[in-house]
Amino acid sequence: MTRDILLDVAGISKSYPGVKANEDVSFKIGVGEVHALLGENGAGKSTLVKMIYGLVKPDEGRMSLRGKAFAPSAPSVAREMGVAMVFQHFSLFEALNVAENVALGMENPPPMRELAARIRAVSEEYGLPLDPSRMVGDLSAGERQRVEIIRCLLQDPKLLIMDEPTSVLTPQEVEILFKTLRQLSAEGTAILYISHKLEEIRTLCDAATILRRGKVVGSADPRQSTARELAEMMVGATLTPPERKATAKGDVMLGVTEVSVASPIPFGTSLKDVSFTVARGEVLGIAGVAGNGQDELLLALSGELKTAPDKVRINGRAAGDFGPAERRRAGLVAAPEDRYGHAAAPDMSLVENAFLTGAIRRNLSRNGFIDWPATRAFADEVIATYDVRTPGNHVAARALSGGNLQKFLIGRELDQTPEVIVINQPTWGVDAAAAAAIRQAILNRAAEGAGVVVISQDLDELLEIADMFAVLNEGRLSKPRPVKGLTIDEIGLMMGGAHGMEVAHHAEA
Amino acid sequence: MMDFGSINPAVLIASLMVAAVPIMLAALGELVVEKAGVLNLGVEGMMIVGAIAGFITAVSTGSPVLGFVGGAAAGAALSLIFAFLTQFLLTNQVATGLALTLFGLGLSSLTGQGYNGIKPPHTGAVPFGPLADIPFFGRVLFSHDWVVYFSIFMVALIWWVLKSTRLGLIIRAVGENHDAAHSLGYKVNRIRLGCITFGGAMAGMGGAYISLVRVPQWVDGITSGAGWIALAIVVFASWRPWRVLIGAYLFGGITVLQLNLQAAGSAIPVEYLSMAPYLITILVLVIMSSGRGKASLSAPASLGQNFHASS
Repeated sequence: MTRDILLDVAGISKSYPGVKANEDVSFKIGVGEVHALLGENGAGKSTLVKMIYGLVKPDEGRMSLRGKAFAPSAPSVAREMGVAMVFQHFSLFEALNVAENVALGMENPPPMRELAARIRAVSEEYGLPLDPSRMVGDLSAGERQRVEIIRCLLQDPKLLIMDEPTSVLTPQEVEILFKTLRQLSAEGTAILYISHKLEEIRTLCDAATILRRGKVVGSADPRQSTARELAEMMVGATLTPPERKATAKGDVMLGVTEVSVASPIPFGTSLKDVSFTVARGEVLGIAGVAGNGQDELLLALSGELKTAPDKVRINGRAAGDFGPAERRRAGLVAAPEDRYGHAAAPDMSLVENAFLTGAIRRNLSRNGFIDWPATRAFADEVIATYDVRTPGNHVAARALSGGNLQKFLIGRELDQTPEVIVINQPTWGVDAAAAAAIRQAILNRAAEGAGVVVISQDLDELLEIADMFAVLNEGRLSKPRPVKGLTIDEIGLMMGGAHGMEVAHHAEA
Repeated sequence: MMDFGSINPAVLIASLMVAAVPIMLAALGELVVEKAGVLNLGVEGMMIVGAIAGFITAVSTGSPVLGFVGGAAAGAALSLIFAFLTQFLLTNQVATGLALTLFGLGLSSLTGQGYNGIKPPHTGAVPFGPLADIPFFGRVLFSHDWVVYFSIFMVALIWWVLKSTRLGLIIRAVGENHDAAHSLGYKVNRIRLGCITFGGAMAGMGGAYISLVRVPQWVDGITSGAGWIALAIVVFASWRPWRVLIGAYLFGGITVLQLNLQAAGSAIPVEYLSMAPYLITILVLVIMSSGRGKASLSAPASLGQNFHASS
């Protein structure tokens, strides 16, 4: 099938100090085509779409939209010409309601009452039910994404850019999103779909452009290619899945009994009766859509939120009323999700950051003074073992790329001879090769006898490394089940299905 | 109980409305600034610069109205220093705000040399004719100068703008999540600049009301902490304009009441009475900002954070 060309990108380049984000990128999107932009984190996908959306100006090259020169100077110009974008990290305002959020993304919004009616109409039409008067802070991640999509649809876009739209959705919600996208495509709206999830691209997209280190390294028809071919084009190397040695289950290392705590985070989710155990050598994977209590669970395990003493037991000791330092002493290390500000002090050097959590278990202080040589040695050890790319151990944590800092922070925890490890999102924003290394390191610690809790939104990751699998949904933890024999459908249902969205599509079909 | 016999309630209410005007104007300005995500602790400095500038303008032109305009202009000019430092040089907002207050206090003291002991032109009550003669209500509602009515009008105006207009929506959006506002194409720093200037003008006008109507003369340090009370009222009001009105009247009421009690010869030592408004300010701030309260939820999410477009 030949299509008229909608967007033609020719020879686009963009450099930032020290990096070439995009170099001579060219591709074409046809009218109504679902076009995938495939690449690892840091391959330059986001910079490229920001240029199409007018947030960043290209250094070189030109674009044309429907045959006319297209050089948007601001997002409002791009929107006017029919380009809309759904962001990866949602550009939403939690304290405003749905209609207000939608109005902010439009050039000339109608009066609120009329807008609310139009939101209702469009959301029914595309099977994305949404109440315009609800506060965005109270919505689930899937519902928030609907707000973004509807904001775009109300402007009747010719090209809809979607930046990693499925990373926050349950499998059922992904199905519904794809139905909506196919409907849009059939109506003539082109979609530029950014992702690194190959199976999704193979089911949804008509064409794919693959980026690596800012350059186009190939294009493919995703329906004709195998996931392996696409992956190797994307990574530029063959990948080996982590290997694991079978270990016999040992004693219970971490026991959590009916923990209920109120969330200290605004719009957070409180934990309700969370119970589980992790044995020596066991990896418990906890899945769930973001915002269902993951951050709170980490706080409750790390000791930042305290409970009654016997509700949390580390290696048999009642530790519920222990703070983070006492829990470290008892053998539990924790790595939170937020790298800048929670896991690391961004403006402090890697050595200082190494000291912050390593002091207790690695004996890095003497008589109340910091033992600098030992701390430096510890930082260097982590940098060497986990292949952290940095000019040196004196560099501020902020200066490292997200993936590199993540390797350092995970390594810092894993190298403290822990008995219990709790990690939230171990490989978020890390490229495939580094992610594999981190997973391997986690499995090695488990093989050495640590009990591990991995909280992640990446199902493939959990299925790869976990022995037991549970789901957090609205602050409740499902009963852990062995990973062997679980199907994606079962997992989806454990994750809360599609949050009441099925009904709409059934009615429409 | 204390003796209230010598205090006439109509006079008390009328005078608390007057006492509340400076802190209400300043708090309303600061509310808009904070709604846009900026914490300007320089309110006291902007007020006192407005007080002296308004005083000088009124004395030299003979027009109290021009005095208020001058006060507002001076407050706005001082706030532009804050805006430039925090929005373009990305300095720390708390430190810059405190410095602004110290600077304002010094600057007003310097420019005020030679203006001690002068009486400014009188700002009279708005003539409501026979309405002012209604018993009780006439005294309470129809006996004031135009700035009292202006301040109430501004409460309504700011409430309406923030709630129902696109401008208000954009201001709230910028204060709520400046990264998201930027990615939608709004000029975060420019919008904040506008709000800071408006806040400065309101604070300056509030200051001018102190030196032109409340006192009315120039003395060093004339605002005596009114700017801090205004800051407290914004938090007390949970960033809502009508609650600013209530808060300002409560604090105005306490100020007037303690003066009246002093005059009535209350048994409580004078020092405690004059301390009362400040003690209550501290108390309110401690209670409201104790973290888990509702106040932490209604605060603009980007409050006090500088924005720098990274791409």
